[in-house]
Amino acid sequence: MANTPDYSYPPMEKRKVIGQRYKRLDGPAKSSGRGKYSSDVKPPDMLFGAYLHCPHAHAKVTAIDTADAEKIPGVKAVHVAAPAGTEINWQGWEVAAVAATTEEIAREAALHIKVDYEVLPHLVKDDDLAQAGARAKQGGERVVGDPDKAFQDADAVSEGNYGIPVVYHCCLEPHGQVIQWKPGTDADNKGDQIHVWPSTQNVPDYAASLSQNLKVPATNIKVRMDYIGGGFGSKFTPDAWAIVGANLSKKAGGRPVKLFLDRAPELLIAGNRPSAYAKIKVGGKKDGTITAWQTESWGSGGFQPVNPPAQPYTYANVPNIREIRTTVSLNGGTQRAWRAPGNQQASYLTCCAIEDFAAKIGMDPLEVFKANAQYAARTGAADTYRYQLDKAAELAEWKKLWHPRGQSGSGTIKRGMGVAIGSWNGNGHRSQCRTVINPDGSVSVEIGSQDLGTGTRTIITQVAAESLGLQMGQIKLVIGNNDLPPDGGSGGSTTVGGVSTSTRKASINALMKLFEACAPSLGAQPEELEAVDGHIRVKGSPNKSLTWTAACRKLGATSISEMGAHNGQAIPGLVTGGAAGVQIADVSVDTETGIVKINRYVAVHDCGMVINPRLAESQVYGAVIMGISTALYEERIMDRETGKTLNPDMEFYKLAGIGDIGNIVVHMDIREENDKRGVIGLGEPPAVPICAAVGNAVTNAIGMRVPRIPMTPAHVLNTLEGRNA
Amino acid sequence: MGIGSGALGTGVLEKQAPAAPASVMGPGPVPITLNLNGKPVELTVEPRVTLVDALRNYLDLTGAKRVCDRGTCGACTVIMGGKTVYACTVLAIDAQGKDIQTIEGLATGNALHPVSQAFWDNDAQQCGYCTPGFVMACKGFLDEHPNCTEEDVKHGLGGNLCRCGTYMGVRKAALQAARAMKGGTKNG
Repeated sequence: MANTPDYSYPPMEKRKVIGQRYKRLDGPAKSSGRGKYSSDVKPPDMLFGAYLHCPHAHAKVTAIDTADAEKIPGVKAVHVAAPAGTEINWQGWEVAAVAATTEEIAREAALHIKVDYEVLPHLVKDDDLAQAGARAKQGGERVVGDPDKAFQDADAVSEGNYGIPVVYHCCLEPHGQVIQWKPGTDADNKGDQIHVWPSTQNVPDYAASLSQNLKVPATNIKVRMDYIGGGFGSKFTPDAWAIVGANLSKKAGGRPVKLFLDRAPELLIAGNRPSAYAKIKVGGKKDGTITAWQTESWGSGGFQPVNPPAQPYTYANVPNIREIRTTVSLNGGTQRAWRAPGNQQASYLTCCAIEDFAAKIGMDPLEVFKANAQYAARTGAADTYRYQLDKAAELAEWKKLWHPRGQSGSGTIKRGMGVAIGSWNGNGHRSQCRTVINPDGSVSVEIGSQDLGTGTRTIITQVAAESLGLQMGQIKLVIGNNDLPPDGGSGGSTTVGGVSTSTRKASINALMKLFEACAPSLGAQPEELEAVDGHIRVKGSPNKSLTWTAACRKLGATSISEMGAHNGQAIPGLVTGGAAGVQIADVSVDTETGIVKINRYVAVHDCGMVINPRLAESQVYGAVIMGISTALYEERIMDRETGKTLNPDMEFYKLAGIGDIGNIVVHMDIREENDKRGVIGLGEPPAVPICAAVGNAVTNAIGMRVPRIPMTPAHVLNTLEGRNA
Repeated sequence: MGIGSGALGTGVLEKQAPAAPASVMGPGPVPITLNLNGKPVELTVEPRVTLVDALRNYLDLTGAKRVCDRGTCGACTVIMGGKTVYACTVLAIDAQGKDIQTIEGLATGNALHPVSQAFWDNDAQQCGYCTPGFVMACKGFLDEHPNCTEEDVKHGLGGNLCRCGTYMGVRKAALQAARAMKGGTKNG
C-alpha cells in the first residue's frame, strides 16, 4: 500500500452508523430465552458436578474420606481439593467435588464425603480496627507538602468517620464452566484435548491460563462462550473450579462435567469488594478551597492484605496531605475487582469528607466541589468537572431543592440532596481483528472478544459498517472463542476502546485492498476512492461509482482478509483514557422508620466519542442502579462469634428491585471537545460516585452524618438516636 | 427488595397446588408428565427435582435460569396454571396436570412475542440472565393487569431481580408491551 491508511473517524456530523442508537444485536436471543449461556450448555454424556464446601472460617482438615460417596450409584468421579493437612482460611473453601450422572446424585454424594476439621481461631470483622490486633498491618505513611502547618493555617477544619463495607458481585450466572478433558487417543493427535464453556470475562486468555495448570498445550484447549450472565470484575481467570472440573472429567473417562457454584459459595468464595473505613480531617479556606487533607484508613480484602485506596480521590493534587493506610487480614473470601475497583470506596470517603467540610464552612457543597476542581489529577479534567457539576445541578434542580444541612422542614420525612464525583481511565486494551470481504460482497468481522451485555457485539458491528460504508445487517460478526484473533479480557472498561480501534483498522485495511481491486474500472487511483452508502465511488464524482456487490466482484475468486491491531496505547482521535462523571442524589428519609427512598438520581458522564448513545446510557443506568443497590441495601454480614457469613443468599443479601431506584436521569456529555479525544470506556466510571452521593444526600436531609454505607434503617436510626460507634 | 410484593403480586402465595397424588412415589426416579407449552412431555425424575431443574437438566429448556434457587430472584419464572411461579420452589412432580408455559413457548415461530420485543426495543437487558424470567413475569403480570400504570409495574415486577440494572428499560418495556398486547387473547 502506497500510503499509511487514514484511520481517523469522520467528523461527528458526517457519521452514518457510529453515534446512532441501534438496538443491541443480541437482544432477540436474550429476550426470547434462546441465547445459550455456558451454564445452559449440555454436551452429550455430560455429568453434573457438585462441591463440598468447608463450613468453618478457619480450620485444618485432619481427615477426609470419600469412600461412601464413591459407592453411590451414578457417581463417576470424586476429587479431593483440600487433602488432610490443608489449612482453610475462609468459610466456603472448596474441600472436594463429585461428578455424577444427575445433579441430585452429585449433591447427595458430596454430602457423604466425611471430613474432620480442627477448628482454629478466626477474625471476620474489621469495622473496629482496635480489635484487629496482629491481623492489622500498617502500609506506611505518605506525606505531601506540610500538612501540619496547613492545618494550623486553615480557616476551618472538619473531621469525620466514614465506612463502606464488603459487598458481593452477586453475578446472576454463578462462576463455573462445562469442561471436557478427553484423553489423546486419536492416532493423529495423541495430545489430550480440552473443550471448555466457561462463564468468563476473558475468552482470549483463558486457554493459556488453564494450560499452565493442566499441562495440556493451549493449542489443544478450545474455549467457547456466547453469553455471560454477569461478571463485574470477578470472572477473569479459569479459577480452581475449572481445574477441579477438568480433573473430574478426566477421571470420568473424558465425559464433560458441568461445575457451577451454588448461590451461597458464589457469594462466599467467588470475589467481593473490599471494605474501607477512615477518619478524615480536611482543612481549608472560607472560600471553599481545600488546603490540607489527612486520612487514617483501614479495610480488608479478605485473607490476603489489600490496602484501602489512596485519598483524596480524583482531586488528588491537594497540596498538603498526610495519609496512613492499614490492611486487615480476615477469615473471609478473597476480594476481586468490583466494577471500578477501589473507586467506590475512595469516592465515598473523599466526597463525604468534602461535603462535611462544606457544611463546616457553611457553603453549598456543589460550589466547594467546583472550587477544588483544579486539584483533579488528570490534565484538562478541571474544566470538565466544573461543566459537569453545573450540568448535573441543572438537571437535578439543585438551586431549587438544595438546602443547608438539616434545614429540611419540621415533618418526619426529610428531603436532602447530595453530590459526588468519579473518574476512571478506560483506555482501550490490546486487540486484534480480522475483516474479510468476499467476492460475493459478504463481510465478516472476527475478533476474539466477549460481550458481557455491555453491547460489544453491537459497537464492533457499528464501527465496521461505518468504516465500509455498509449497513449493520451486511456485517457478520464472530466473537466468543479462542480460534479468533486475540482480543483482551473485558475489564477496566477497556473493551470498547480496544475492539473499536482494531475493528476500525482491520476494516479500513480491507477497504484499501478493495479500492485497489476496483480502482482501474473506475478510472481512478485507489486513494481517490471512498465507500459511501453501499457504493465505492470516486471522491467528488459520485456518479463514478460501483455498487458494493459490483466492487467486490472485481476480487475474482480471492477474498480480502486483513488484520487490524491495537497495542493498548492511546491514539489521538481514535482511543484514549480519562473519563469524568458527576452524580447527584435526591432522597427522602423517613426519620421514624429510617427508610431512605431515592426520588431522583442524576448522572452526568463523558466517555469521549460515543459509538452508541442508547447502549452508553444503558451502561450508566445499570451502573447507577447497581450503585443505588450498594448504597441502600448491600452488606456482607459476618458473625463475630461463629465466623460464619449470615447472608450468603439473595433473600438477606438484598439487591435493589425495580421499585427501589427512584427516577434516574442520565446525561451523556457528548460535546465535540469530548468526541475528538476518541473512544473511552464507560462500564465502570458511572458505578463510582453513588454511595457518596446518596450518603451525602441522607446527611443533608437529616442534618447528621450517617457514617456507614449502606443507608439502611439501622444505620440511619443509629445516627438519629446517637448510637454511632 | 420487593420480595413480598413480588410474591403476592405474582400469585405465588395464592391458590397453592393441591397435594401430590395419594400413592407414595420415590425416592427413586419416577415417570411424570408435564404439560409444557401445550404438549404433554414425559420424563423420569426423582421426586425432589424442582421444576426449574427438570426444565434445564432433563429437558434442555434453559430459558428459565437457576440463580438464587430459593424463591427470591425470579430468574426461573414460568407461568403455571395461568399464574407466574418461581420454578425453583415448585417440585416437578407437583407441576403435573397443570398447563406450564416457559419462555420457549411464548413466541410463535421466529417472531418475538410482544413482551420480548418490548424488552429488546427498550434495552431492558444487558447480560440478559434475568431477562427470560423478567419477560415471563411481565407476561403473567400483563395478562392480569392489561391497563397497568408505571407504578403498577414497579409493584408487579418487584419479584424479579436484575444485577446489571436494567430496571429503567423494564419499566418502559412493560408499558410498551401492555399497549401492544391490548386486544390480544389472554395467554396468547
